[in-house]
Parts: sequence; C-alpha cells; structure tokens
Amino acid sequence: MKALNISGLTKTYRGGTQALRGIDLTVSEGDFFALLGPNGAGKSTTIGIISSLVNKSGGNVSVFGHDIDTALVDAKSCIGLVPQEFNFNQFETLLQIVVNQAGYYGVPRDIAKQRAEKYLKQLDLWDKRNQPARELSGGMKRRLMIARALMHEPKMLILDEPTAGVDIEIRRSMWTFLKAINEQGITIILTTHYLEEAEMLCRNIAIIDKGTIVENTSMKALLAKLNIETFVLDLAPVEQAPALEGFTHRQLDDHTLEVDVPKESGLNDVFRQLSDQGVTVLSMRNKANRLEELFVRMVESGRQQKDQGAANE
Amino acid sequence: MSNRNFVALRTIWIKECTRFLRIWVQTLVPPAITMSLYFVIFGNLIGERIGQMGGFTYMEFIVPGLIMMAVITNSYANVSSSFFSAKFQRNVEELLIAPVPNWIIILGYVGGGVARAMLIGVIVTLVSLFFVDVHIHSLGIIVLTVLLTSTLFATAGLINAVFAKTFDDISMVPTFVLTPLTYLGGVFYSLSLLPEFWQWVSKANPIVYMVNGFRYGFLGVSDVNYLTSLGLLVVFNLALFAVAYQLINRGVGIRH
Ligand SMILES: Nc1ncnc2c1ncn2[C@@H]1O[C@H](COP(=O)(O)OP(=O)(O)OP(=O)(O)O)[C@@H](O)[C@H]1O
Ligand SMILES: [Mg+2]
Repeated sequence: MKALNISGLTKTYRGGTQALRGIDLTVSEGDFFALLGPNGAGKSTTIGIISSLVNKSGGNVSVFGHDIDTALVDAKSCIGLVPQEFNFNQFETLLQIVVNQAGYYGVPRDIAKQRAEKYLKQLDLWDKRNQPARELSGGMKRRLMIARALMHEPKMLILDEPTAGVDIEIRRSMWTFLKAINEQGITIILTTHYLEEAEMLCRNIAIIDKGTIVENTSMKALLAKLNIETFVLDLAPVEQAPALEGFTHRQLDDHTLEVDVPKESGLNDVFRQLSDQGVTVLSMRNKANRLEELFVRMVESGRQQKDQGAANE
Repeated sequence: MSNRNFVALRTIWIKECTRFLRIWVQTLVPPAITMSLYFVIFGNLIGERIGQMGGFTYMEFIVPGLIMMAVITNSYANVSSSFFSAKFQRNVEELLIAPVPNWIIILGYVGGGVARAMLIGVIVTLVSLFFVDVHIHSLGIIVLTVLLTSTLFATAGLINAVFAKTFDDISMVPTFVLTPLTYLGGVFYSLSLLPEFWQWVSKANPIVYMVNGFRYGFLGVSDVNYLTSLGLLVVFNLALFAVAYQLINRGVGIRH
C-alpha cells in the first residue's frame, strides 16, 4: 500500500492563481521523501490539500488507502503536520499546546501527558514546558511543532520547511531525530530549500515548479544525472581571457574564471591548457552545492520543455 | 458520541475555559464592576425615586435583566474573540487537520462561551445580593432561559468571528446591534410603560423575550409568556446552529 497517492491534483485559488496544474505523486510506506521547488512552486499548497487546510479544485488524494473525499477521518488520523508558518497559540504553554493537539485526535489526557513528556524531552523542550510559546526562540518553535505533530503517533509525518531559520547545530540534531523516527517506520515527506538536507535525508525526490512535477525519481538516480561540476578559478590577473577548448567557461573579470567540468574529463586538461597559455591559477573552489545546481537545471529544462510544448500546440 | 469525539469536545472546552480564566482581568472583572455600577446608580440612587415596577422595587425589577445583559455580552464576546484570534494566529489549523467533526468544534467553542457566561452570571448574582434579596419563582425556568440565551449568543459570536477579517469586525455587532437591542430589551423598564405602538415594536426584539423569560423565573412577572420565550429561544438556537454549521463546513474564512 502507498502511504500517499496523488493523481491529477489541481488547485486554483480564489482570485485565480493556478497553484497546481495536475500533479501525480506517490510515496511508498516507510519512505523519506523530499518535495523540492522554488518559492511559489506549489509545495505548501500540495501539503495543505493533503492535510485538509486547503480545498482542492480537482483530482484525488489518498493517504494509506483512505481517500480524503470518502474517508477523511481515517486519512487525517494517519498524518502529522509540521506547517511552514508558526500556527500555535502564542499565549498557551508548550504542554497545553501538545496535550490539546493530542486531545483533538481523541488521545485521552493521561496518555497525552505521558507522550508530551516523551516528545518534549526528545526535542529538548521539556525545561520550557510551562512557558508560553511566544517565549521560545525560532528554532525551539519549529521543534515544538514537530513534537505537536507526533502526539497522536501518526504513520506519516509531513514537514514543510522544518529547518528554515534553524542554526546548523540544531538542524543536524533535527536530522538525526527525523532519521531515527523514519527508521522506526514513520513515512516522512519534507520540503526544504536546503538541498544538502534533502541529499542527507531523503531516498526519493520530486521537483515541482509552477504547479507541475518536473522530476520524480530516487535520490541516487538524480545524483547520477549530475555529471557536470562548476569550478571557480582564481587567477593572477590576465589581460585577455584564456581559451579553453572542450570546456564551457565564463570569464567573470580579469582574475576570475568559471569552468564547467564533466566528471569523466577530469581537471588535468583544464590546467594543462591554462599553463600552456601562461595563466597562473592561484586557487580554486566548487561553485555551489551540486544538488542546488542540478535543481536549477531541472527546473529550467522543465520550463523549456513546457515552452516548446506550448509552441507546438 | 464516539469516545474520540468526546475527548476532542472536552479538550476544546477545557482549552476555552483555560483561556478566559488565564485572562480573568479582562474577562471576569469588568462585568462585575459594570454591574456593581448599574446596581449602585440605577438601582440604589435613581431606583429609590422610581418606586415600584411590576409590583417590585425597581432594584428587584432590574436585577434579572442586568444578569441577562452580562450573560449575553459575555457569551458573545468570548466566542467571537477566541475564535477570531484562533483564525488570526492560525491555531484554528490545529483543529482543521485533526479528525474533529465540525459540530464538535462548534459545541466546544459555544460550551466555552457558556461556561464564561455562567460564571459571570453567578458573580453578578452574588454582587446583587449586596443590594437586594433575590427571589426565585422557578429555578427551572431561570436555568433553562439563561442556558439557551447563552448558547444562542455564543453561536452568534462564532458566526461573527467566521466572517471577521479584523479585530474591529468583532466589536461592530456588539456596539451597533447587541447593546442597543439589550437597552431596548426591557432590562430597565417594563414594556407596559411604553405607548402601544412601541410595545408592539419592542416585541420584534428577541432580547425582550429572553430578559422577560428570565425575569419571570425570578419574580413570576413578565411582559410576555415565558413559554413563548423558551420556544423562540429553541427556534433561534437551531437556526443559528445550522448557519454556523454550514459556514464551518464550507470552510468560510478558515480554509482556502
Ligand atoms: N491563500 C492563498 N490565496 C491565493 N493564492 C495563494 C494562497 N496560498 C498560496 N497561493 C499562491 O499559490 C502559489 C503556490 O504557493 P505555495 O505556497 O504552494 O508555494 P511554495 O512552493 O510552498 O513556496 P515557498 O517555497 O515560498 O513556501 C503561489 O503563486 C502563491 O502566491
Ligand atoms: Mg511553502
């Protein structure tokens, strides 16, 4: 059985914004799945529909086999949601927030209190349990929302940019935590703009752009596609841009050169050509996160295909 | 009711009660002060000169109306501000994602408003004991009328909050509708003092029935039949509940 099955999902907001243009997506039980895409791509809209915060315009969604049109209560019970924006009552204490959330799912209060202790401790918030949520730091608020989402022990956890604005140390500890609960069998779907995060955590990935899925594959397959790396070379100032046969390159100014290097060619040839022309390379670095580059390329090629499709119509 | 729904209802209700108790300076103290002022000024100072009304001292006559006024205002205010702030802070989403049926959400919020109104009703009644001896003609009618009135205005407050886009929107109705209707609803006078035409107009004001039904429970006198009062209350309650249910079901103001 699939943890999530989405077919032909569309959403047009009042006011006319077409946020989703027919999305198909499946996530297997136990998967750690990343949904990536630029701002405004439709990630939060998709998550909103799955979790009943947004009404869909068309298409079908089922969660562990429960269709949200016909078995909404069962579908809802399977999902824990960590939304993109803080959405708890700032004046309630942490304990009230998590215990009440459990209550909405029908978890009796005594059990809810035990779970509150368990999850607030795991997320390092137990000391703050009696403070109003507004007194937490941004990173603590994110963790509070994770604890809250787990209170009814859902089979699937959906996190919409859970590590936005969280420092690297806490982000790492959140990763460890998420990996651990995924290993216990909870299916996880995550959106993020930190691509390192997707690479670290996720087994499968979908890339969404302008309301359409442009790529849906395993992380491994995706990384394999990425066979070109961009290097930035710092040169002793040159008067004329050096020539580099067989490599796409860009001279940014008199001492900076960008070169795209396919994995199979290696770097030796680049350096040989440069030293033949008497150019001194002072230092070198990777341009950006590989996945980030790939991501940009995927989105762009998706857009080109769409434009061509539109032109052919 | 399934066990899960019962737990959810209880949770919403406890959360609502915790909220108004947490901010008791804003929610419980002001009505006690306002009502004491009414008792002192209208009941004691001015009332002495007014003499009898409906066969009772003026003070005795207005006490039930003033309690009712506090109940109406506070049922409405509690739900409208709590639900609106849940929309505003987005914590209403905690309920929307959970498997809580919409009628449970409505009952939970309304229950919270009723709890605050009942607590205030008791406080105001206790305050009134400093000024008058409270008669009780029929406790059953008192309790039934006050409960139905409270659920009615709590539901109305919820409907207001569903449509409200700013905090101003939830103070409009109390200022421009509720307060005038209450003042003209026979809290301070018996309708029989009015010219016939205005008596007739007053009977289109639903609050007249609530105040009079309630007063009947205390004093055994009323400008209208108490059964009419109870009947109307039931009808209004059902109608407003249906409206609230439709609105929440369609996700008006809470779901995009
Ligand atoms: N409530 C709303 N009303 C109208 N339009 C909306 C609403 N919410 C989102 N949109 C629009 O829908 C589109 C998709 O937005 P969505 O929030 O799903 O993007 P996203 O992928 O989550 O972006 P981000 O990475 O910035 O969070 C955008 O064009 C956005 O302006
Ligand atoms: Mg988003």
